[in-house]
Amino acid sequence: MSDRLSVTKTYKLYIGGKFPRSESGRSYPVSDAKGKFLANAAHASRKDVRDAVVAARKAFGGWSGATAYNRGQVLFRVAEVLEGRRDQFISEVSACEGVPAKKAESLVDAAIDRWVWYAGWTDKIATVLGAANPVAGPYFSFTVPEPTGVVGVLAPQQSSLLGLVSVLAPVLATGSTAVVVSSAERPLPAITLSEVLATSDVPGGVANILTGRAAELGSWLASHGDVNALDPTGAAVADRVELAKAAAGTVKRVLSVPAEEPDWTRQPDIARLRRYLEAKTVWHPLGV
Amino acid sequence: MPDSPFEYAPAPESRDIANLKPAYRPFIDGAFVDGKGEPLKTINPATEEVLAEVSTASKSDVDTAVKAARRAYEKTWGRMPGAERAKYIFRLARLIQERGRELAVLESLDNGKPIKESRDSDIPTAAAHFFYHAGWADKLDYAGYGPDPRPLGVAGQVIPWNFPLLMLAWKIAPALATGNTVVLKPAETTPLTALVFAELCQQADLPPGVVNILPGAGDIGAELVGHPDVNKIAFTGSTEVGKLIQRTVAGTPKKLTLELGGKAANVVFDDAPLDQAVEGIVNGIFFNQGHVCCAGSRLLVQESIVDEVLEKLRYRVSTLRIGDPLDKNTDVGAINSREQLTKIQELVDSGDTEGAQRWTSPCPIPERGFFFAPTVFSDVQQSMRIAREEIFGPVLSVLTFRTPEEAVTKANNTPYGLSAGIWTEKGSRILWMANQLRAGVVWANTFNRFDPAAPFGGYQESGFGREGGRTGLEAYLDV
Repeated sequence: MSDRLSVTKTYKLYIGGKFPRSESGRSYPVSDAKGKFLANAAHASRKDVRDAVVAARKAFGGWSGATAYNRGQVLFRVAEVLEGRRDQFISEVSACEGVPAKKAESLVDAAIDRWVWYAGWTDKIATVLGAANPVAGPYFSFTVPEPTGVVGVLAPQQSSLLGLVSVLAPVLATGSTAVVVSSAERPLPAITLSEVLATSDVPGGVANILTGRAAELGSWLASHGDVNALDPTGAAVADRVELAKAAAGTVKRVLSVPAEEPDWTRQPDIARLRRYLEAKTVWHPLGV
Repeated sequence: MPDSPFEYAPAPESRDIANLKPAYRPFIDGAFVDGKGEPLKTINPATEEVLAEVSTASKSDVDTAVKAARRAYEKTWGRMPGAERAKYIFRLARLIQERGRELAVLESLDNGKPIKESRDSDIPTAAAHFFYHAGWADKLDYAGYGPDPRPLGVAGQVIPWNFPLLMLAWKIAPALATGNTVVLKPAETTPLTALVFAELCQQADLPPGVVNILPGAGDIGAELVGHPDVNKIAFTGSTEVGKLIQRTVAGTPKKLTLELGGKAANVVFDDAPLDQAVEGIVNGIFFNQGHVCCAGSRLLVQESIVDEVLEKLRYRVSTLRIGDPLDKNTDVGAINSREQLTKIQELVDSGDTEGAQRWTSPCPIPERGFFFAPTVFSDVQQSMRIAREEIFGPVLSVLTFRTPEEAVTKANNTPYGLSAGIWTEKGSRILWMANQLRAGVVWANTFNRFDPAAPFGGYQESGFGREGGRTGLEAYLDV
């Protein structure tokens, strides 16, 4: 231990590739598992949600229009930069979640590996879910999966990094863009992940991460006319019915998620990828 | 109608073929029973005459039917080997074909659609859906959802009046193939073919309770949707009702798929084969009197050819024959109900008020029945109601564009996203447009093509989930 006074960090939001403070000027204290003050996190507001949705919509055309190979490259680059910041994530996860360094290490490693797994799906999911349709007529008919649009994600409250990666990466892998509300009590790894995203070729606006409370911000995401899908994982069970009702106003796709936060260390299947995809069927006559 | 040396002699189909009965009853647990609801009279929209009295379900009948479906799911259908289920579904497909002519005439009587459409499109495609899905019943392990995907249980299904038997087939065939049992509510104004389908279930010796048909109005649909022992809800109908259903199901473990409204853009470029395009436009909007959720109701024409397209279009539309649905020469039949006719009229009036140019086919219209002459609005602006709201009738709105980018922007300027059309000779442009358009089905140089092997369904407020193809199976599987 040196006597040097460390430089503490001001944690901000991540919207449109930039790191603004909350429009509301609010912040809230974040403590470690033992109650020791770690930092002040920006307390995102309704206006921040709206700004983030605007950014996500603006980024959707470019991100969904990029080739699957390109998206895979960009997402793999995220994994590379994550790996470089491994030690920082381990200490943040350890502090936030109150787990020993060894456990934090395995959670961070799993998160990085999970990101790599999803990065590899970008150029395979269309092969797996698409189809050439054998229609009864002189037509060429094929079905391709396409990203659904802007996805509102209420990130898991417990698992600050592995859980976050497990819900964010599938959104980005399909070509959708995301507005994420991070874990309220454990937001610091989310901000650090934002810094990773900002420095790893992910276009600004593709992923937007807000620190704040799902109970406050969830309803604005659920009712927003320009949000196409909602992942309520981080919402309190008691709030989910209202969120789902609000989402019905614009026929949003609402993920069916378990009441209890799942064990994120288990290897996922492609269910989360499937939920963010629309099947588009294209027809053309055959002839000479 | 322009002067023509050719006049068509009437070619009426015999209504006796429909085997119309004076009364029809709900089908619950393998038997036709008296419903405890208020009986309704279903009418022929082309003549306004009463066709039959239909006993409807009450709320307690919904519960009885769901219980029967649950029993059938647990005792027989859910545990039956897929290969056996397949044979039942093949039987249903064959029975629809065998009684195809009867069903077609009955459909046209009850719905008002031209016999040539019910005969050549609705009924054969309904049979095709049972054929297609029958084959899936013993191959679900290969559907891509992992080995041994499980059914959901009891499916509650609510279908609209525009394609009564076809929508029944879209709903029941995949539900049965995946091992679910069914309680289906047909539309209030078109219950008859669904109740004849119940006879087919008896002829196929389907175990009691596997399929239950409950005629009734919206309150019965709502009861079914809200029933706690239903595992899956499938709905086709208006976006407004779809939102209500999504709200009702919110927070429950029920799996939901919605097939809702649309306001499809049909985009015509200046290099399109115009005569074919005009046929496609006409088919896109006047098929089934425009009672089609994926109807091409917003025509986007490249500015340089709009006059030419409008001239050809008006001429072609003026040759459409409107009248008796049972006449084999009829192109456009009756609007399904007085209520629907009023809605169409109201939206058309708004087009006049908001300053669009209205052209209506000079074709003669029958004096009785609910008919609406094919209508084309030009000089339509994106802000007008006729460009934004689903009209669900034979009314086309024509807008213009200059560049492909503008066409895409205008086409996507809607909360709906069910279907779209593209007309151009340039292949690369077709594929680019197909990529850009936010719609579940894109028809290029054709329109209104359907096939059980091709997934169908919407983006955004046109609903979620797909029907048909491998993708459609997901709606009825626990995956």
